[in-house]
Amino acid sequence: MEFINEAKSLFKENIRDYGMYIALFVIMLTFTIMTDGLFMSSRNISNLLDSTGYIAVLAVGMTLVIVIRHIDLSVGFVAGFLGAIAAILLTGMGIPFYITIPIILVLGIVVGLFNGLLVAKFGIPSFVATLAGMLIFRGALLQVTEKTGTIIIKDDGFNAIGNGFIPSLMQVNGLHLLTLILGLLAILMYIYSEISTRKNKIKYQFEVVSKGIFIIKLVFVSAIISYITWILAGYNGFSWTVVIMLLVVVIYHFLTTKTVLGRHVYAVGSNPEAAHLSGINVNKITYIVFGSMGMLAALSGILFTSRLQSATTTAGTLFELDAIAAAYVGGVSSAGGVGKITGAIIGAVVMASLSSGMNLLGVGVSLQYMIRGGVLAGAVIFDVMTRKKRG
Amino acid sequence: MSENILEMHGISKEFTGVKALSNVNFKVGKGEIHCLIGENGAGKSTLMKVLSGVYPYGTYQGDIVFEGSVQQFNKISDSVKAGIVIIYQELALFPDLTVYENIFAGNEIKQGGIVDWNRTIAEAKKMLDKVKLDVNPETLVKDLSVGKQQLVEIAKALSKDVKLLILDEPTAALNEDDSENLLNLLGELKEQGITCIMISHKLKEVISIADKATVLRDGQTICTLDGAKGEISEHVIIKNMVGREIEDIYPKRLNKSFGEPVLELRSWSAYAVHLGRQVVKDVNFHVKKGEIVGIAGLMGSGRTELALSIFGNPKSYKLQGELLVEGIPKTLKHPSDAIRSGIAYVTEDRKGDGLFLIQDIKNNISAANLKRVAVNGVINDNEEVKETTEYKKSMYIKASSLEQVVGNLSGGNQQKVSLGKWLFVGPKLLILDEPTRGIDVGAKFEIYTIMNQLIEEGMSIIMISSELGEVLGMSDRVYVMAEGQIKGELSIEEANQESIMQLATQ
Repeated sequence: MEFINEAKSLFKENIRDYGMYIALFVIMLTFTIMTDGLFMSSRNISNLLDSTGYIAVLAVGMTLVIVIRHIDLSVGFVAGFLGAIAAILLTGMGIPFYITIPIILVLGIVVGLFNGLLVAKFGIPSFVATLAGMLIFRGALLQVTEKTGTIIIKDDGFNAIGNGFIPSLMQVNGLHLLTLILGLLAILMYIYSEISTRKNKIKYQFEVVSKGIFIIKLVFVSAIISYITWILAGYNGFSWTVVIMLLVVVIYHFLTTKTVLGRHVYAVGSNPEAAHLSGINVNKITYIVFGSMGMLAALSGILFTSRLQSATTTAGTLFELDAIAAAYVGGVSSAGGVGKITGAIIGAVVMASLSSGMNLLGVGVSLQYMIRGGVLAGAVIFDVMTRKKRG
Repeated sequence: MSENILEMHGISKEFTGVKALSNVNFKVGKGEIHCLIGENGAGKSTLMKVLSGVYPYGTYQGDIVFEGSVQQFNKISDSVKAGIVIIYQELALFPDLTVYENIFAGNEIKQGGIVDWNRTIAEAKKMLDKVKLDVNPETLVKDLSVGKQQLVEIAKALSKDVKLLILDEPTAALNEDDSENLLNLLGELKEQGITCIMISHKLKEVISIADKATVLRDGQTICTLDGAKGEISEHVIIKNMVGREIEDIYPKRLNKSFGEPVLELRSWSAYAVHLGRQVVKDVNFHVKKGEIVGIAGLMGSGRTELALSIFGNPKSYKLQGELLVEGIPKTLKHPSDAIRSGIAYVTEDRKGDGLFLIQDIKNNISAANLKRVAVNGVINDNEEVKETTEYKKSMYIKASSLEQVVGNLSGGNQQKVSLGKWLFVGPKLLILDEPTRGIDVGAKFEIYTIMNQLIEEGMSIIMISSELGEVLGMSDRVYVMAEGQIKGELSIEEANQESIMQLATQ
């Protein structure tokens, strides 16, 4: 009885987070049933995650931008433009991909810092400043691709980022070995970190969840990781896109939840005046968040260009809105100070699952847009309602 | 003059358990200038809000009789229709609209739903003549000085056929010439038959202009003084304003020993660029180690501005003069500089710029000094919980857990979180701005107790307060501010309610 009560109260406290996972689960289950299991097939899941990558990294950056009460509309065409620059560096100048990629990321940071400058130093509303950036980079993209049109990239190393998979070492019963090993490592690391956190808390004599709940949580999360690993191992294993996406999530999750910098970002978002009076340099935080957004936009451009193996004149169109939608589905609040990295990634996966599932079902594009719009509105309504209840 | 235009009988008003007004009786004769006087929080503004319908009929007890009949105002427009117009201290003008648009805002001259701008401008000119304001009605309000803006507000009131004009501290933000103009104008309006209620802290003004004066204290009417009988004098007003004895809610400190000055200001001035005026003028000031220095004064006297100019100047004033921390001259450009120099500032507006309301107690307490629980920029969660728990205990914060969201706490507990946040920084000098505003007596006592403990640990405190009782009960020395200047420095033996009020209302 006590066990059920504890579970209940945990659920109530975390309804927003759990709600999102449940929504994702329901969406996946529905599509799986409607497509006779095709949706959860190894190939489809692998494709789904790969096509989420370039939006997911944007959503991560966008979440932080929205957390500090700003917005960045320029990211779509920044991604498109920097993707084209990457293509020119690779094909036109013959610079190897391992040098091109850092150059592009640095350019992204520069662009982001410039946005930060307009917002923090000149006090231009971010909506306007980045709208200007959107127009400028759209023009810039057209200009650099004007003469050549679509630039085909022949660099295999670069193209692997969006299409390749990590090496398998060997196949075991048709499964991808390295993927299985990585999955297993991830589970072990997860269990180890949870247990050590718990031990530490007990050492400090803090409250911890009961042993039963703790074990259930461990088993549950491990099962999910194994299941995803197993599905992906059945196709070509982890793609480089998935690896990059996971790295971004892990790093940003750590930065936002464990570091002083992360705490300062949320402080600025929840009350900029109070943050300033607490000795936090609000402008510096604004620069960092926009700079990181620029870098992730560059990364998004790399992922997308590499996936298409070419830079096109329209690359990046509407990326920014997809990223904003993913961030809001993931629980970010425009009032500032609220929003998690894990939420952003789940939001991006939810939106991609909707597209993928509806494509499999042959739902028309017109209806797809409407349904995705409905889900976005529904997620935010759910958010507002649960927050009101607690407030 | 014998007939009363307004009679308020037995007005009581409660805010969730706190009595703001209890059984107030207030009578205003037709055509008189009646001043309403009292300390901050005495209930003046609440009374006027009841009168003007901000608090609708039924949310208070008692009757409002205006021009002989009982009124039931449900909203502000009801009282305006009856001829009662209130002008607040913070003017309710639209700075980016023209003078004539402002005068007729909400009361537009229109024909078939379309505004007749020509007639509006012509009418506006008439109103401006009435208040003797010689400006082009097409000027934008933001281009006028505060004094002229005030006249525009009055012109706006006149355009509504006002019978009873209420002014809430009309001269608080005005310079002397503008104040005098305004007072003269009130005299002329009186001759035109307009009755006027004026809330004012400046006793000299009250004495020069009032026909009658009513004193409120702790939500009760103390007395109504009649100017014609020569009853209105500074001495009588102050006595009635502060009459209560200081209750024994101020815990005593036993051993008082003061060390070297922790902070010293020399010829310290601050100019607010966005306001276009000097907010702190030529202040000389010091606080010694182990001392509580009170800064008394009325709202708007420059106390908060002085504190901010010390605490890293977050409002970007233009500063002049010298600031010394423990004898060493310092330039503090950002609150973080001030924090590093050992200064902490607990704001008067804890909800506005003090706390992160959507975050929990733990995050709020650690916010200004995360370094304390972090290694190489990575926060040690467990250390953070452990250390902030100690502050939750020592600040007597009543909450179910550290994870409770601060926005859901009571005012007193919020204030204690705010205080805890700054003690977490480990300052040498703590600036408290209205430390007990809006909190109950129990929480007040706890905060005073904490203050005494801090002093015993060798900290110094600057306490800005509008509550005279608190200033007298807690301080070792008192500075009195008015108009951005320090009007006087009183030892605690010299200081009493009368001497402070006298300096503050100069």
